[in-house]
Amino acid sequence: MSRINLTVDGVRYDDDVDPRTLLVHHLRERLGKVGTVVGCDTTNCGACTVLMDGQGVKSCTVLAAQADGRTIDTIEGLAGEDGTLHPVQQAFHERHALQCGYCTPGMIMAAVDLLSENPDPTEDEVREGLEGNLCRCTGYQNIVGAVRDAAATMRAEVPAPRESTTETVEGTAPTTTGEVAR
Amino acid sequence: MTATEAGPGTSVGAALGRKEDARLITGRTMWTDNVTLPGMLHLAILRSPMAHARITHLDVTPALESPGVITAFSGREVADVQGSLPCAWPVTEDTVVPDYPPIAVDEVRHTGEPVAVVAARDKASAEDALELIEVDYEPLPVVLDMEAALADDAPLVHRDQGSNRCYTWTFDSAEAGTGGDVTRAESDAEVVVTRRFSQQRLIPAFMEPRSIVVDPTGDQITMWSATQVPHILRLMLAMVTGTPEHKVRVVAPDVGGGFGGKLQVTPEEFIAFVAANRIGRPVKFTESRSETMMSGHHGRDQIQDVTISARRDGSVTGLSVRLLANMGAYLGLVTPGVPVLGAFMYNAIYKFPAYRFECTGVFTNTTKTDAYRGAGRPEATFAIERAMDELAAELGMDPLELRRRNWINHDEFPFTTVSTLTYDSGNYEAATERAKELFGYDELRREQERRRAAGDTVQLGIGVSTFTEMCGLAPSRVLGSLNYGAGGWETASVRVLPTGKVEVVTGTSPHGQGHETAWSQIAADQLGVPFEDIEVLHGDTRSSHKGLDTYGSRSLAVGGAALVHACEKVVDKARPVAAHLLECDPADLEFTDGAFRVRGSPESAKTIADCSLAVFNAHDLPEGMEPSLDSDATYDPANFSFPHGSHLCATEVDTETGRVRIRSYVAVDDVGRVVNPTIVEGQVHGGIAQGIAQALYEEASYDDDGNLLAGTFVDYLVPSATDLPTITTDRTETPAPDHPLGAKGVGEAGTIASTPAVVNAVVDALRPSGVTDVPMPCTPERVWRAARSTEGSERS
Ligand code: FES
Ligand code: FES
Repeated sequence: MSRINLTVDGVRYDDDVDPRTLLVHHLRERLGKVGTVVGCDTTNCGACTVLMDGQGVKSCTVLAAQADGRTIDTIEGLAGEDGTLHPVQQAFHERHALQCGYCTPGMIMAAVDLLSENPDPTEDEVREGLEGNLCRCTGYQNIVGAVRDAAATMRAEVPAPRESTTETVEGTAPTTTGEVAR
Repeated sequence: MTATEAGPGTSVGAALGRKEDARLITGRTMWTDNVTLPGMLHLAILRSPMAHARITHLDVTPALESPGVITAFSGREVADVQGSLPCAWPVTEDTVVPDYPPIAVDEVRHTGEPVAVVAARDKASAEDALELIEVDYEPLPVVLDMEAALADDAPLVHRDQGSNRCYTWTFDSAEAGTGGDVTRAESDAEVVVTRRFSQQRLIPAFMEPRSIVVDPTGDQITMWSATQVPHILRLMLAMVTGTPEHKVRVVAPDVGGGFGGKLQVTPEEFIAFVAANRIGRPVKFTESRSETMMSGHHGRDQIQDVTISARRDGSVTGLSVRLLANMGAYLGLVTPGVPVLGAFMYNAIYKFPAYRFECTGVFTNTTKTDAYRGAGRPEATFAIERAMDELAAELGMDPLELRRRNWINHDEFPFTTVSTLTYDSGNYEAATERAKELFGYDELRREQERRRAAGDTVQLGIGVSTFTEMCGLAPSRVLGSLNYGAGGWETASVRVLPTGKVEVVTGTSPHGQGHETAWSQIAADQLGVPFEDIEVLHGDTRSSHKGLDTYGSRSLAVGGAALVHACEKVVDKARPVAAHLLECDPADLEFTDGAFRVRGSPESAKTIADCSLAVFNAHDLPEGMEPSLDSDATYDPANFSFPHGSHLCATEVDTETGRVRIRSYVAVDDVGRVVNPTIVEGQVHGGIAQGIAQALYEEASYDDDGNLLAGTFVDYLVPSATDLPTITTDRTETPAPDHPLGAKGVGEAGTIASTPAVVNAVVDALRPSGVTDVPMPCTPERVWRAARSTEGSERS
């Protein structure tokens, strides 16, 4: 048993874990974070994707002990506290990018990860970016559409929080504005 | 999240956002594996590594010493209570239905068959303990190939049966009086085309692995299961184990896909049921992906010998089909029936004057086969659409022109086919015209000609598939005539709550199809109640006591009709209530835009909600009036429904590397009247993806010892986003004349249509070099070989 602490969806948890426990099992079975699911035993399906310190990872490829001290974001923490959906969630709904929804938590988290690295992906870039996430229901077409819609929404939304930031740090960091607006 | 607002009476046909999304996109879904109960134990199953062997020694006692283990048992220890898994569809009187114990007792007949079970406090402890169980196997000869299995001296899968033949089912139009004699048609024919096609074995590969929780405490034994068929499961649990039906409750919570793969009552469900009762505590079994792949049922696996006879002008004169269908080692719920469903579809949309069909089911030492999206109909459609292309090539005729010369014209419906079905409606001309236009068919043919003449190494192939299917399973009478063990009706209840909100209870069991949304749309229109005010309940035998579940594109075609009728009964019950409230004669009322109004004086109106409150209070209802609007309806269709469509596929085939790229894909489907176009389009996309997967990627094969070679997602190639094209979809709409909504079915259409469209396109690209077939899946290696083969076809 080893002692680990994780911050999952904004809440800190301290636990003793068996060294062989996978992060996904720790999330589901110990922390009750059952929004993240398991679809395979060979790290191929991506259903278990979460963000670890902001980076997308398949949580079945990480030992819980390896995640010690890290911040984990799952599908359950993605919407705002008032229930406002993340643009990727909203786009998945609007574009009918899910049917049974089993791949959806992982697919959405992978899409969030993809968009954090590439805010304006082409169709091919979305397909490549989501290659590690299998969906058996949709044929991916609406998923690709949803991710690109979400990208457009997020690009349009970026100026809003930045405006207030620029006010407080006015004149101090003009280059930041330029980078974010890319 | 808000769905698009719909006005009264306009919900059906609107592209409303799905209700079920709210929980699915936020991780608040109730999957079976999320269910956790106090004191719950976890099961692990030891599975046979041998494809055929006698169990000479099995001892679970060492496992009992392992930490966390509560109990362990083998098949022998539960032999008297575990029963034999049911087959509901022995297609002939003499179909061989072997004993099928959930846990093998003396003999194992395929790899992955359960031989022992451990129950422990957590899953890891249960799995660790499996390794301590002692088993000795005495190997028995293995038979995997269907033709070898039918040879006189073949090793027997079931040694007590004397043969590996499960059944032979035949149809002959001359005997049935629906057409002529095929032998005569073939001897008189100007052209005869004979082909052998092989339907590789596929794995349904739903994304949610199967999971079961059984709670034996309380009055009813409750089973949660990731199943498509909670009602059938409850009945089978009762019948097989002898537990009274009313003492069993089955819940299918959110279910992550099925595609026929969860149309089963599984060994694991019975194992969990037996284990929970034996231990007296709740148990959970969630399978790993490898277990799903190895022991969840597979699909397809048929060898098809097809002969079309025709005249030189292209008119077809006869069709004969000889089929070998691999059952696997045991029979699942509908295993023998799957190829027989196909029997009615080989003649497809064409006017064959003579037809003969023969199917032999064969036992082998493999995992059982059973329904997989389309179940029998994709196989039939593939064979006929491939064979029509071969005939077109033989005649030097455009494949669409050949089809046009033989298909049923729109003014010939209803049309009784040579295989006895009556197609109610359709317009193949319209769908094909639209598809050609969207595809740019003529232009692509010209490009193809140019590139052929230029001898490009990358050749353009154009594949055609004009299909129909029988769906909406099904008229109970027809199922009875096919020896099926149940009816095909569906049921719905409408419960009107005091505040005017409505609960719809359905016997269908969605697992991705969006029934909560579509059924709300139907009820909203029928009752004049807002879409948001309707809750759809399903998948729990405690609320939905009756139903035949979801498969065979039946839910809207049958269950949707039941819902319409249940709503009509609500309106009928509300009418005298409204008349009483409005102090008028019920006959003077009309129900429009969600309210009863007196004809001629529309200003005073009473809604269903008004009537519902009135019956809730029931203070001054007329003497004898039942104070309730709640209504049930059960609908048994008179006929199947027959969606159809025309799919066109263009492939770029690299003759040097064998690589196939789908350049464009157009699908024009006619599924009758549409309740939610967004959901329909999604079904078409997903269906096509699975059909393309069969054509190009997926294959579950066995090595000579009977080990599954593609047992994980590493080697069983479920397509990812980079493997699939963008699809252009459109619809024509020929309403189903006998359905209250005019709806047909859509769940399987894409899968049925797309496989032959893609393979026809691959073969078409290589046709100039003499290729007449490429076996599925058309991998680069196979395409490359075919392109190089001097005889042209790898197979012929
Ligand atoms: S469960 Fe993690 S990749 Fe499949
Ligand atoms: S929505 Fe079912 S697997 Fe993707």
